[in-house]
Amino acid sequence: MSEVQELKAKDFKSDQEVRWCPGCGDYAIISSMQSVLAELGRDKDNVVMVSGIGCSSRFPYYMDTYGFHSIHGRANAIATGVKVANPDLETWVITGDGDGLSIGGNHMIHSLRRNVNLKIILFNNEIYGLTKGQYSPTTPLGQKTKTTPFGSVDAPFNPLQLALGAGATFVARTLDVQPKHMKEVLKAAAAHKGAAFVEVWQNCVIFNDGAFKAWSDKTVRDDQTINLVAGQPMIFGAEQEKGLKAEGCHIAVVPAAEASIWDPTVDSAGPAFLMSQLDKDPSMPRPFGVFRQVEAPTLDELIHEQVNEVTEKRGTGKLEDLIYTPDAWVVE
Amino acid sequence: MSTELIRQDDVTIRFAGDSGDGMQLTGTQFTDTTAKVGNDLATFPDFPSEIRAPAGTRAGVSGYQIHFSSHDIYTPGDAPSVLVAMNPAALITNYKDLQPGGIILANTGAFTDKDLAKAELDSNPLTDGTLAGFRVIEEDINQRTIEALEGTSLGKKDVLRCKNFYTLGMMYWLFSRPLEPTLEWLESKFAKKPELVDANSRALKAGYNHGELLRLFQGRYEVPKVEDVPAGTYRNIMGNQALAIGLAAGAKMAGLKAFLGSYPITPATDILQYMSLMKNYDVITCQMEDEIAGICTALGASFAGRLGMTTTSGPGLALKSEALGLAVITELPLVVVDVQRAGPSTGLPTKVEQADLLQSMFGRNSEAPLPVLACSCPSDAFDCAVEACRIATQYMTPVILLSDNYIANGAEPWKLPAMEDLKGFPVQFVTDPEGFSPYTRDEKLARGWAKPGTPGLAHRIGGLEKDSKTGNVSHDPENHQIMVNLRLQKVKNVADSIPTPPLNGPAAGDLLVVAWGSSYGAARAAVERMQKEGVAATHIHMRHLFPFPHGLREIFANFKRIVVPELNMGQLALLLQAEFPEFRFIKYNKVQGKPFQARELKAQFEKILEEK
Repeated sequence: MSEVQELKAKDFKSDQEVRWCPGCGDYAIISSMQSVLAELGRDKDNVVMVSGIGCSSRFPYYMDTYGFHSIHGRANAIATGVKVANPDLETWVITGDGDGLSIGGNHMIHSLRRNVNLKIILFNNEIYGLTKGQYSPTTPLGQKTKTTPFGSVDAPFNPLQLALGAGATFVARTLDVQPKHMKEVLKAAAAHKGAAFVEVWQNCVIFNDGAFKAWSDKTVRDDQTINLVAGQPMIFGAEQEKGLKAEGCHIAVVPAAEASIWDPTVDSAGPAFLMSQLDKDPSMPRPFGVFRQVEAPTLDELIHEQVNEVTEKRGTGKLEDLIYTPDAWVVE
Repeated sequence: MSTELIRQDDVTIRFAGDSGDGMQLTGTQFTDTTAKVGNDLATFPDFPSEIRAPAGTRAGVSGYQIHFSSHDIYTPGDAPSVLVAMNPAALITNYKDLQPGGIILANTGAFTDKDLAKAELDSNPLTDGTLAGFRVIEEDINQRTIEALEGTSLGKKDVLRCKNFYTLGMMYWLFSRPLEPTLEWLESKFAKKPELVDANSRALKAGYNHGELLRLFQGRYEVPKVEDVPAGTYRNIMGNQALAIGLAAGAKMAGLKAFLGSYPITPATDILQYMSLMKNYDVITCQMEDEIAGICTALGASFAGRLGMTTTSGPGLALKSEALGLAVITELPLVVVDVQRAGPSTGLPTKVEQADLLQSMFGRNSEAPLPVLACSCPSDAFDCAVEACRIATQYMTPVILLSDNYIANGAEPWKLPAMEDLKGFPVQFVTDPEGFSPYTRDEKLARGWAKPGTPGLAHRIGGLEKDSKTGNVSHDPENHQIMVNLRLQKVKNVADSIPTPPLNGPAAGDLLVVAWGSSYGAARAAVERMQKEGVAATHIHMRHLFPFPHGLREIFANFKRIVVPELNMGQLALLLQAEFPEFRFIKYNKVQGKPFQARELKAQFEKILEEK
């Protein structure tokens, strides 16, 4: 038996120089990821990082695991092939708002619908960074970018709602400036059996600096955000004095004592959807944490179960049986 | 009194009817029975792209041609000697192809004024002289079928659905075929619906007896089985079926499990369907959300250590081109099958063309060479699928295998390979971490394949250029030149592993016909006919289109004229002209959604020989 070596976060760093802009939110995400994999005791030979194209997608090169930096928008499809081919591999998808929601939107919804056992981390900076500052499918209406010089007229996606609508079994949101929270969310995603969708608010210091400042800045964070914790009351505020209460299809701000208990494991995606709607209401805090976490069979396990069932029923097929079928005839 | 038995060595029948008349089924049943009788055969199904075009119209005509013979044949036949026309539209769109003096069996039950109007006919071609010079046999097959099924529990509509089996019975009688194979097929096909077994069997037998009793035909034909057939085990096979079996076999011969990521597209869909049945043969299939996901899952599966495959047709190949480039730069094995159809765009989706050769060669951004090969006929599709798997795994490269609509749906007897002749080419994965680099190459220039999960070999691949030694991302100009050269040379090295194609005919002469893909049959038949007439003509078939096999230059030098017949505007000719500028390649091209006919090529070749 080989000796099991406990790996540290630094063991998950590749020897390649990281080339994100100084101050980029990506640094916090990769260091959280490296810590989480180490803390979970993962074997780096058994982890695969698959990415598409964009700033975030350089991620696999900086991780000392197996990695596949692919083409724009296709990470989910490639990762599906990896996972189905070998379900034993812990497979992560690293993507961004352009890569995963625009050019790769189709693969995103279908991999969530199929519940492929992938951990999908979507870096949302609400801008195209690598192409230097064009609007993305999450850029808010009215924002001026290089391709919307007079303000964007392109209504954005809410990534959480897209994932919920596609039937994702795990949906969460975290942010780059709260590494502790991010690590918790990444660990929950890693523990989930099935497609786990994690939106990470990630600040692009060059092309969209401060996009999330109105909520994420230390000075306002307590009042402007709320952390959803399973089994706990939904409370927020500097003194944790405020709460959210679900009243029919509405969410109301109430004193902390009256807050509803958050439960991401209910059958209905309704509560999660309701919470994601808060993004639209400037008087409401922006929610973070795990929105939805339900169990369902995964595509990769269903495929292999079916293969096993058919093999059990029909026996292991031999090449000869494929070629020499009963309708063949012999010429002497 | 027995009917006169006339011996014929070579017959071509075309069944034509409305797309709801079951002509494809009639044709395939006639084919299976004919194969079992021991004739050589080739078939050509020809159907519209609409599943059910308006009934009775010219657009809705579906045809199935079978050529069967007492000797070796290569094509589904040029001009049918017998045409079965189930309605006026089928008659009017097909009779011109018939041989002079050929037999037409017309179902008069479908020649009412209304039927004629649907076929846009002002008068009845059976009576207005249109069919002068043919032997027309009129029979109300609708009525005969109703009579034969009197007392059945089926409604009138279902009774009439059996008319194709009545017709099949008549043809079995006319060409002295046994009924048993079809009767057995009906038993197993409708095992759970005994009333359908009964009705169709009765219709089949009634049609057969009818031939005997009613003396519609002047004589009955016998097409003796092929006598000099090489000994062995045979089965009747269609191109797509052979590809599916070949892909599964190829993966097994590489010692790998197969993964097919695909998206339904005519005429390639059957391959996905056949392979979906092979779950207990180490084959996983995923019908993905689109063509791009089809190839991307396959590539991901190859990265993870399976043999990734994807199947498509021309428009789908276009969508896959970016991922193909990724497969080229990551140097992972991948088999891409393109069952070509007439284009551009949606084009004629159920008709044949071989116009994706240049797309296969060059349809990617930048320098992205990959091996391209094409199969020639349904049975060759098996060998080519295995060959594509061999090249992909031995050279760590994506490979494009071209088939086409004509091969996909055509059928012929396949002499099954002896199992001991299917020599494996097992893949050796890299497992040793000592000095590991993802781009360490073997003597063929293939890089090592280290699959995720292997201890100590964690590495990153991707679409950015990599350093030729370390495998890390590199933007170094010199290194890029080195990597582009290496990837090209690796693909060119495939030529060292393939034989020079054999010549069908003398090694020197007046004419060399260079054919590829499904033009094989017509080209070979045309050349053999010319040879019998004393012409110094030779045929060579090109299975490998990139890289070309060694030895072609020496062959070309021995012929006065070289002609390249293709169902495109001259794509192979262009490649040959570029590679061998010292020779002149005469083009003969056709893009009508139809295969070449042997007589057409022969006439063309003769014309070329006459030119100064």
